[in-house]
Amino acid sequence: MTEHTVKQFDEELNSLSESLAEMGGLAEKLVADAVQSLLDRDLQRAQGVISSDRTVDRLQQYIEERAVLLIAKRQPMAVDLREIVAALRVSNDLERIGDLAKNIAKRVLALEGQLRPPKLAGGVDHMGELVLSQLKEVLDSYARHDAVRAMEVWKRDGDIDAIYTSLFRELLTYMMEDPRNIGPCTHLLFCAKNIERIGDHATNIAETIHYLVTGEALMDERPKQDLTSSTPISFST
Amino acid sequence: MLEGSSFVPLFDASRQRIRRLWPYAAVSAAFLVAAAVLGWLPVSAAVIGCVGVLLVAVIPSGSDSDSSAPRSRARGEGASLPDAPALLAALPGPSILLDARGVVVLFNSAAAEAFPTLRQGDALSLILRIPELIEAVRTVRSGEASDLVVEYSDRVPVDRWTRASVSAVRSGGAGELEGILLALTDQTELRRAERMRVDFVANASHELRTPLAALLGFIETLQGPAREDTAARGRFLEIMRGQATRMARLVDDLLSLSRIEQKLHVRPVEAVDLVEITKGVLDGLTPLAAERAVVLEPAIPRGSVLVRGDRDELIRVVENLVENGIKYGQSGGRVRVGLQILRSGGRDEAVIAIRDFGPGIAAEHLPRLTERFYRVDAGESRDKGGTGLGLAIVKHILLRHRGRLVVESEPGAGATFSVILERLTGAAVETPAEQVSPERHADVVEPQSTERIAP
Repeated sequence: MTEHTVKQFDEELNSLSESLAEMGGLAEKLVADAVQSLLDRDLQRAQGVISSDRTVDRLQQYIEERAVLLIAKRQPMAVDLREIVAALRVSNDLERIGDLAKNIAKRVLALEGQLRPPKLAGGVDHMGELVLSQLKEVLDSYARHDAVRAMEVWKRDGDIDAIYTSLFRELLTYMMEDPRNIGPCTHLLFCAKNIERIGDHATNIAETIHYLVTGEALMDERPKQDLTSSTPISFST
Repeated sequence: MLEGSSFVPLFDASRQRIRRLWPYAAVSAAFLVAAAVLGWLPVSAAVIGCVGVLLVAVIPSGSDSDSSAPRSRARGEGASLPDAPALLAALPGPSILLDARGVVVLFNSAAAEAFPTLRQGDALSLILRIPELIEAVRTVRSGEASDLVVEYSDRVPVDRWTRASVSAVRSGGAGELEGILLALTDQTELRRAERMRVDFVANASHELRTPLAALLGFIETLQGPAREDTAARGRFLEIMRGQATRMARLVDDLLSLSRIEQKLHVRPVEAVDLVEITKGVLDGLTPLAAERAVVLEPAIPRGSVLVRGDRDELIRVVENLVENGIKYGQSGGRVRVGLQILRSGGRDEAVIAIRDFGPGIAAEHLPRLTERFYRVDAGESRDKGGTGLGLAIVKHILLRHRGRLVVESEPGAGATFSVILERLTGAAVETPAEQVSPERHADVVEPQSTERIAP
């Protein structure tokens, strides 16, 4: 009888991780599509991102319900409890990632027909590529409970911040050059910020994996290279 | 093998005959024995009769083996049908067999290569987080469709397009769902060719416009106001030649970038020697270095350092980086080129470090150096004949080799560009290194770098 219960509990936990993996895959696709629609100014793809975000939201709700039910029904301890808490946290992060991707897609629609400095595309592309590889790595390490790989993701977030800082400066100069650039550049700036935030959520997931595997919260300060909040803006030029 | 397979049905047939005929034979033999005992027959005749009856039962006759032939042939075919793993292995692309619940049962080696995390007994959705594929598997499982074809793309680590066919495996072709077969085919080359045209036109038209405008301006000036001005004509023609050369180089670089992108998803397999490559490049660039009063300082070990790679492409990587070092680090007067082996996480890595002692690069530019047409100083780059694609080409080649580029720099103290490739294990390198530079160990690249390409 006990064995049967445990087996069923295992199955319930497995189905929870399956839903999470599915949600992760969707989030990855949303981010990739959002960045691609921004680069190609592909309105149709942007629309697709906006409508698929609902699926991510639904999955998050489903996972939350399942997790709460599991805690109530099984009263899990130690690693089992951490597994469920981690699932809750990761699904929250993934839901936020979906929202940020949706926001990028909305800005693509808003940017429609407006001039875009072609050089900026390279920076956004590069950032998108980095953040996608971070997301993939962290979801892979979650599926395999690999805290070491998760920590590598955690340490690498600085790279995305550094590009964001560089893009921020570049956008500022465009806006100063010609006030007509301010509209599209502001949208682009928010898109870049959203990508950077997606990177932050990937590091959150990495922290959750660390907690899941070791049972300890990560206390170290994350390497920060986003200096935009302290970058002075000079209008003397 | 042939002998065995032809023997089995024959043996089978005679066994079946015995099984079918032995009751009659036994009854006849018993009757003969009883007759002999009762004295109806002489004992010798009874013995002969018994032997005869048994012989008829055992020895196969033509008509009998014919009747049993179809059955035995069917049996023979059943024995020679390959099993599921053998069938999957013969499929050309990555193929995965799932059970009716969507759990991985079997996969071929192409699938194991494409998805290193694939494991028997795991749910497919845990391993492949591809929404399109998961949805298709779900549809087939629910019975809404018996087979589906979906296309999806991955962006990391390299752009890749795949077409997946998801089909139901049913017992007897229409019975209960026994499993689901996924067969994947790579569409990358096709799609990339489409995209390449678009990218090329977009990049080329933008970047070629500037030198073209300059050329046209000078031509108009030469046709108009400066028609008779011999001094200006000479100068203008010199500038025009420079611009035209730059355009030609730009087209060359764009073309080679496209060529590399075309096969970005195919990792090279041949073993090449980095020692030979590095030495060759340094020999080739000595004249350029001398022209710019830069001394090349090689610190390359003897013997060989093997990696999996494309020779021409790796030559291009080292060439671009050393050339950059000579051009942009000219004021430092020397460029150090080191080749080292580092152990990292149980693997040997070959590191080519190119260090210049020029003005260095400001931190905000470091993460973006490898973007197409990104220039730290557009004017300086153009003066030195740069196209803005050199490092983008390096990045793409390394991406294809699953290697990394690490750039470290401190303004005023020069820059180090390190190429890191996985070393081919099993190939021994002679340890006594040619100690050319006394600070050779300073070339060691620490991973806490500023810029990293590819995970």
